[in-house]
Amino acid sequence: MTDPLLLVVQLVVPAAVAPLLTGLVRKVKARLLGRRGPSLLQPYRDLARLFRKEPVLAENASWLFRGAPYGAFAAMWLAMSAIPTFASSPTLGLGLDMIAIAGLLGLARILTALAGMDVGTSFGGIGTSREITIGALAEPAMFIAIIALALIVNSTALPDMSRVLHEGVGLRVSLALALGAIVMVAMAETGRIPIDNPATHLELTMVHEAMVLEYSGRHLAMVELGAMLKLTLYLSLIACIFVPWGIAREADAQAVASGLALWLGKLAVGGVALAVFETTIAKMRVFRYPEFLGAALLFSVLGAIFLYISQHLK
Amino acid sequence: MTGLAFDIAHLLGALVLTLSFALLYQRRLSAAINVVAMQAAVLAAAAAWQAVTRDAGHLFVTAAIALIFKAIAVPLLLHWLIRRLNISTTVEAAFGVTLTMGLGVGVSTLSILLVLPLTAGETLLLREDLAFALAVALIGPLLMIARRNAVIQVVGFMSMENGLILAAVGVKGMPLVVEASVAFSVMVATFIFGVFFFHIRERFDSLDVSRLEEMQGERHS
Repeated sequence: MTDPLLLVVQLVVPAAVAPLLTGLVRKVKARLLGRRGPSLLQPYRDLARLFRKEPVLAENASWLFRGAPYGAFAAMWLAMSAIPTFASSPTLGLGLDMIAIAGLLGLARILTALAGMDVGTSFGGIGTSREITIGALAEPAMFIAIIALALIVNSTALPDMSRVLHEGVGLRVSLALALGAIVMVAMAETGRIPIDNPATHLELTMVHEAMVLEYSGRHLAMVELGAMLKLTLYLSLIACIFVPWGIAREADAQAVASGLALWLGKLAVGGVALAVFETTIAKMRVFRYPEFLGAALLFSVLGAIFLYISQHLK
Repeated sequence: MTGLAFDIAHLLGALVLTLSFALLYQRRLSAAINVVAMQAAVLAAAAAWQAVTRDAGHLFVTAAIALIFKAIAVPLLLHWLIRRLNISTTVEAAFGVTLTMGLGVGVSTLSILLVLPLTAGETLLLREDLAFALAVALIGPLLMIARRNAVIQVVGFMSMENGLILAAVGVKGMPLVVEASVAFSVMVATFIFGVFFFHIRERFDSLDVSRLEEMQGERHS
């Protein structure tokens, strides 16, 4: 397999698999609650229905409102292409490192936030304010976790990180702390319980849903697909750093195929774990977000401190 | 010391400190007691690991003392006290969790910066253990300052003592008598605290230690 072909596969497959992952999470959650739940393919049908429908726009909606779903999706898609999912080589992903990925996700957030305030409804405003609060709290934790990881592997590029961790770096408590921090940040960023409930339309608790309440038709479809892709992105990110086994290092067809199967398996395990976790925990009050994300920040700071000690002394 | 042995010792020491931070995060009494019990259990594991790698048999006794007294007996006693006194299980904070966490990070950074230059020339593990131990020993009093509940005072006290034992585990030639008497004094202190709880509870109908200020008879208002 040649690199350009691999790049295309790396771009298309995650976007194609993302609705299936969301369907899996919904299905498992429903089964855990004693319901049969919708079919695994339901998100695809929802997206197809939304793509067929005509978008309804507010009279005062600007070009920003219309462009934001596409811009945010494009930023997320680009970030996704830089993550070694099933195959990894230095030329893939345009050389984007973890800081660039965090920046692209930030760009997507800014675009959605601006669009949320564009029409001027109070719901968009409240959702935006909460989303930006979460972002402001989550990003420092994410960056310090990146620094802690970079101290271990001496690189911020994901292919290097995944390779070094695959070769093994010994028993590191900092890795566990960084994993804790990144998982907590991922839960906040993808809008899962306990931070946000993706299934609710109750005014008091909505965050992401409130921000995109004004969207309809194909715009809403892009927003929804973007949210699904973001979930896939974070799960793949966690998998490629902390479970780096089975990622194809050479471009031969058999390695890529087994890497693909393993990656799908990792996503499924992550999705089931997420569903179980969400079923067992209650949504957090908005005023407790700083504590939750403060704990994530604390984990990453502690990880960096422990690394400082153990590396500084050697 | 081989790489893996050091890594495991580093892991256990860091885990003790991380559990100290988990203690600062707790809002419920019973959860805080469970965390401090877990900290004592990890401490026992750290001591046992030191005993294996350094071939020092007396550290097994330290581990056993930590496990039996601090991970099992005292937490059970505290749980029994909570049930017996029928007190509310939420912890009132004198100041917020986020501020406490920030102070905790500051305190541990300070102790690391203090210990590392002081112990230059010692073995790697000793320096690291002492840095973690000082941080744990300082976070205990921080917890006692930051929370108003009397039961949390005992929990903070025990956590501080865990830090002292962690330091003792790393140092060569700490006599067993000292460790045994420290463990015993913690046990006695817990009993005294327990009696004290009953009295505060009887007098004020609450375990909020800030109420004790009312008892300063001579204070002019």
